[in-house]
Amino acid sequence: MAELCAVVGVGQTKHAACRADVSIAGLVREAVDRALADANITIADVDAIVIGKAPDSLEGVAMPELWLADALAAHGKPVFRVHTAGSVGGSTAIVAAQHVMAGIHGTVLTIGFEKQSDGNAMWALSVPIPFGMPVHAGAGGYFSPIVRGYIARSGAPSHIGAMVAVKDRTNACKNPYAHLHEPDWTLEKALETPMLWDPIRFIETCPSSDGAMALVLMSEERADKHAGPKAWVHATSMRSEPTAFAGREQVSPVAGEMCAADLWRKGGIKNPAEEIDVVEMYVPFAWFEPMWLENLGFAPRNEGWRWVEDGITEMGGSLPVNPSGGVLSSNPIGASGMLRFGEAAMQVMGKAGEHQIEGAKKAIGHAYGGGSQFFAMWLVSSTKP
Amino acid sequence: MSEADGLVRLRQPIGVTYNWSAGPNATSHLAGLMNGKFVGKRCPSCALVYFPPRNGVCPKCAKILAGDVEVGPKGTITTFCIVNVPFLGQKIKLPYVAAQILLDGADISMQHLIQECEAEDVRIGMRVEPVWKDKSEWGPSLENIQHFRPTGEPDRVMGTESGAS
Repeated sequence: MAELCAVVGVGQTKHAACRADVSIAGLVREAVDRALADANITIADVDAIVIGKAPDSLEGVAMPELWLADALAAHGKPVFRVHTAGSVGGSTAIVAAQHVMAGIHGTVLTIGFEKQSDGNAMWALSVPIPFGMPVHAGAGGYFSPIVRGYIARSGAPSHIGAMVAVKDRTNACKNPYAHLHEPDWTLEKALETPMLWDPIRFIETCPSSDGAMALVLMSEERADKHAGPKAWVHATSMRSEPTAFAGREQVSPVAGEMCAADLWRKGGIKNPAEEIDVVEMYVPFAWFEPMWLENLGFAPRNEGWRWVEDGITEMGGSLPVNPSGGVLSSNPIGASGMLRFGEAAMQVMGKAGEHQIEGAKKAIGHAYGGGSQFFAMWLVSSTKP
Repeated sequence: MSEADGLVRLRQPIGVTYNWSAGPNATSHLAGLMNGKFVGKRCPSCALVYFPPRNGVCPKCAKILAGDVEVGPKGTITTFCIVNVPFLGQKIKLPYVAAQILLDGADISMQHLIQECEAEDVRIGMRVEPVWKDKSEWGPSLENIQHFRPTGEPDRVMGTESGAS
């Protein structure tokens, strides 16, 4: 039987297009210092470190966890690196939680980061496949046909993506750490932004950000003696599937559906839409909000877009999605999943400040990566399971 | 080199050159392209046809793909993207249509370029055919095909899962 695990500290950087004031090491240290301060402990209290980031090619630094040992004050401590593309922030937090749940370590520090300004992600994600046709155009070029597939099968009107984007950009104005603070968007203005990867508009795409997120996790024994709010980990789940196989359901991947079903089962959730108070969901392109609402089992198939249109996912709605502003407002890729996990924890800890959902007791963090092939999710609560 | 905030920044391009062993499945596929043919492989278990048969193994059955199957040359657009965003290393003039094309006889789509029609006229279910480059330019690559173009045949009615593969 696994031990219990709780988040006791959350720390993130100010996310920006270019954090020229810090190196990767400085960026990571900023988040770590804030998480340790939030948990009211020092690095000496940490037993092990679990760190993750997206492909090394994004900054051109191979195995940066080795270089970062100093910044992490990791001397003499076990360090574990995780890599699952864009979902890595989520799976890194899960691996860290498993170090606690397995009874191996009492206090684990976990970090996700990306310094996109040090490289060129659009280039790194558009590398021509040998002997193939060089038509591939970054992550947007990959996901746009899938979004078109969703629109075709669900009959969603074309303004849904822009509605999600305006909601997330508006929410981000309440989050001091968000990269984009753009309070003046209206649906009308959003719909006038150019089609970059038709049917994906400029407003519906995430920015390219520098940033990091760090969490302090503790065993039940230590957390019980620890003052301050906690986010108890009720369930975690990870699933993956190949990027390409005949008959693959790309709009709603089976791995995502299985991952969510596993999370709900482990967490004892019978009706997700009623029992979950707030969702931090990985939405790098706006249309993925209705798509994941369906994939996660919140909304019925082909109905997710109606939830967006009805305002259900707004901060005042019955299922707020991404009160932090989400990936659409800050996208340090390797940190983005952990930002979702950490923001979910902040909500149930009552620490989300201006973007706090009043009375949030249960929240989920969700991340996906690669060609919608890696999924990581956790369910956290203000009370023990 | 640029200086801002008192910092010196260097842009240092890096490159990697590597050798790639095609293996038996990709070899028959690439050899096919050098002869102007689309050669896929069939899974001996589920009988689905993969083109290109890049992985050599059926991802669902974990069986090694076996017999050669010639597919195409015509196909159907299952979904597509109109690319308007410029990026480093881009080889094709904007805007262009990157389409998922299901070649006749294949069970998984591949991505290629659509030309000889307006981007706004491209649609899911549209029938297309390859336009090959001059033979003197051929190598072991899907780049042997300049682009795909509409055939003018009636659209194929796709399932509701038009986003699939």
